[in-house]
Amino acid sequence: MAFREYKIGCWMFGISLSLSMFITIILPGIDISSMSSTKLALEKQLTYGWETGFNYYDPFLQGKDKPIKVTLTKDPKTGVAIDKTEAYVFPAGTHFPNGLTHDNILGDEVQKASVSLGKIDQASEDKGAVFVVSVTSNDTPYMEYATVTRGWNVDATLKASDEQLMAGSGKTLFVREGCWWCHTLLPEQTQDWQSFGRPPMVGDFNGESPTTFGSDRKAPDLLHVGSRNSSREWMVMHFFNPRLVQPHSIMPRYDFLWGDKDADGKNIDLAAWDEQYFAYAKGESVYPPGVPTPAADSEARMLVDFVLNLK
Amino acid sequence: MLKYLFAKEENIPQGTAAIFFGVSSIAWFIIGSGLGSFNAAKLAFPDLYHGLYALQFGHMRQVHVHAVIFGWIAMAFAASMMYITPALGNTKLWSEKLGVWNCLLYNVGLCLALALLWAGVTSGREYSDHIWPIDLYIAFVMVVPWCLNVWMTIINRRTQGIYTTNWFFAGCMFMTVVVFLVGNMPEWLHLTGLNEAYMTWWFAHNVLGLLITPVAAAITYYIVPKITGNPLYSHRVGHLHFWSIVVFYSTPAAHHLMSSPLPEWLKSFASVEGVLILVPAVAYVCNILLTMQGRWSMFVENIEIKFTITGVLLAIPLNMQGGFQQTRAINWYIHGTGWIVAHAHLALLGFSTFAEAASVYYGMQVLLRRKLYSASLANFHFWMLLIGFSLYWVSMTISGLIQGAAKIYEVPYVDVVIAEHPYMIVRWIGGTMVFFGNIIWLYNMVMTARAGDIVPVGRQPAEVAYTR
Ligand code: HEC
Ligand code: HEM
Ligand code: HEM
Repeated sequence: MAFREYKIGCWMFGISLSLSMFITIILPGIDISSMSSTKLALEKQLTYGWETGFNYYDPFLQGKDKPIKVTLTKDPKTGVAIDKTEAYVFPAGTHFPNGLTHDNILGDEVQKASVSLGKIDQASEDKGAVFVVSVTSNDTPYMEYATVTRGWNVDATLKASDEQLMAGSGKTLFVREGCWWCHTLLPEQTQDWQSFGRPPMVGDFNGESPTTFGSDRKAPDLLHVGSRNSSREWMVMHFFNPRLVQPHSIMPRYDFLWGDKDADGKNIDLAAWDEQYFAYAKGESVYPPGVPTPAADSEARMLVDFVLNLK
Repeated sequence: MLKYLFAKEENIPQGTAAIFFGVSSIAWFIIGSGLGSFNAAKLAFPDLYHGLYALQFGHMRQVHVHAVIFGWIAMAFAASMMYITPALGNTKLWSEKLGVWNCLLYNVGLCLALALLWAGVTSGREYSDHIWPIDLYIAFVMVVPWCLNVWMTIINRRTQGIYTTNWFFAGCMFMTVVVFLVGNMPEWLHLTGLNEAYMTWWFAHNVLGLLITPVAAAITYYIVPKITGNPLYSHRVGHLHFWSIVVFYSTPAAHHLMSSPLPEWLKSFASVEGVLILVPAVAYVCNILLTMQGRWSMFVENIEIKFTITGVLLAIPLNMQGGFQQTRAINWYIHGTGWIVAHAHLALLGFSTFAEAASVYYGMQVLLRRKLYSASLANFHFWMLLIGFSLYWVSMTISGLIQGAAKIYEVPYVDVVIAEHPYMIVRWIGGTMVFFGNIIWLYNMVMTARAGDIVPVGRQPAEVAYTR
């Protein structure tokens, strides 16, 4: 009997579903894809690298395969003092974000400037690369392949840098640890300006994946948290045990992200720490136990870098 | 189960697949609501289980959501389809053997998927959290065989027309496959930026709108006429329901992202289409409630009708909430607050869970040909669910309104956390009631299979519910 008697119905079903998908996928897709990247989108891509969710190069979301964001006050090649500049270092083998490997992500203008002025088409993942974000005379932002345009290579740039942020790795941990189930990364367009800062613009996301906006807010929006609170010490204490700095917080503790050893190579004994902490919480001791400084390659450090980089 | 995996098709009793899916769904409901109640405890008392870092809220939340959606809701749907589709086509299930394998591989896949999510291996997209290898497994090992069984049973039916429930089943399973494959495009094609964010919600919205809502409704289209003996009030209104679901419910995905910088036309379009979802909603609720004409006493006396009609009644506030909360005038106030969590549980724990529970109760009795072991325990389960859910909904709605107010008056966030604390505790209590109710349910069902009275041939379980 099949669906023979239902021929018209089946056709109508197919047509309405296709039409619905045309309107809700194809049309918005065309519209959104035609948006040009803002400067912020270029910076984010170069900070976060290739996807920060599950992917081949980092299947267990450990923050591998990510660029390093550095601050420079002297030119890595010549050593002369320069204005404070942010550069993005991709050690050899690190995968590039979508905007560097595909022509249709950045938007026409930005893409053209990035190729003609920024020479990004000459960059390759195998050799490693250093990028900066620049702006043309008529205010179009573009990515610049500084290894070619300025002669900054990976090692020299890392060596000359004043500060290194592993914010890309931190974003991977942000996804893995589910911070976005409580925190949003999207100040709302209507009333969040005062508390959480400027809502993002349409071109702020080109090339970012996943965007992890978050849908249920149980905690402050984090998109601009680095400008509200730029204290590394506070962040370190807060991640180790939020109740140390904010007794009413419901945020989980992230002390396990410290790993086995702290920055001085001393073993971290979480059980002993807890014991002292609960003594303090009960009022048996005056001061809480000290929070270990995270080691340079610990996950805690990556996460703090990510959060402080959210300006 | 194992003995049927390699049995010949004709040696497998009819209904086997449905029974396996039914039992699995109850087990997953216990697991899922247990996880939910655990998460709720964590949000009320963050230091309650210090030391067990694997049980972080950030890791467990999506495990809860996927355990209830893929484990409880979807498997209860599968169980229902595997016995309702053949019953309405006056035929057998196309392949019991496929159904049994489907159930086994479904459970295996779900365990694997949840274990990975638990470990934090995720795509970072809400509701499509699974990584793409798992997505492929879900689509082709868990869902396609299930669709095949439903479609082939309908094609091989021995009735002239197709009853409302069955074309809902056939159409919704088709749309689910399409939505699943298209909705995971960000992962297959590495879409980025706002496209990715939008497609994430396109997927989430359509899974709710084209699978969960209409299939739960289709189940009630079967259960209510079957148990009350009244014919469906109107098939035409049923048509209106189906077609307006396809046209209106598949379009307002952007209403989940009203405060994001998506193109304005898209948000306005979504807002209008979202209000139009009230068309299928009203059509559906009226159709079912009018079918009850003259048989309202069963709402009190009969456990399946009690569950079903409660679900349908909960659909009224659900859709009212939905229709209004996605207009910009209201969305800016309640977006991203506990209000939405309350709405989500009104939809899934209220409306849809009550409809499915009825269908699993009924299906198990019919297939096992045994009367429910204990009507009192079933009533107890009902009230645990209803009271637990109500506590959950009321407390989260209030906490959402607090959050909304705090958001516009720019109250420091930690004051919101303090103000919400009592409501977090109430939600935990409510959720825990649901969890314990479900354990009772499983016990009742196992005892029904073991020791329930045999239902005489030609009689309905509902007719003999009160005879000893
Ligand atoms: C259970 C929900 C929850 C989770 C999960 C969570 N947080 Fe929080 N977070 C909070 C709450 C509540 C606050 C506000 C109170 C406070 O300061 O602790 C907060 C505050 C913060 C702040 C300070 C914000 C400000 O405005 O000063 C930062 C930064 C932060 N969290 C980062 C994170 C990161 C990174 C993660 C993931 C590793 C995370 N949080 C996971 C609930 C959560
Ligand atoms: C008229 C009908 C409905 C409309 C217009 C509607 C609208 C909405 C909107 C706008 C949101 C997002 C709110 C926000 O985050 O700002 C939402 C969330 C939600 N809706 Fe509905 N809804 C309706 C009915 C339903 C039904 C029938 C179901 C399921 C059976 C459902 C399930 C959900 C869920 C689970 C969420 C939470 C999504 C999340 O995780 O954020 N809704 N709804
Ligand atoms: C035992 C009772 C339950 C409890 C205690 C519970 C608890 C929770 C908690 C704490 C969350 C996180 C909410 C948040 O982010 O603020 C949540 C989310 C969710 N739960 Fe439950 N849950 C329960 C039952 C269910 C059931 C039965 C379903 C579906 C059938 C369900 C579906 C969901 C969904 C879809 C979400 C995501 C909501 C959103 O993003 O808005 N829950 N639940």
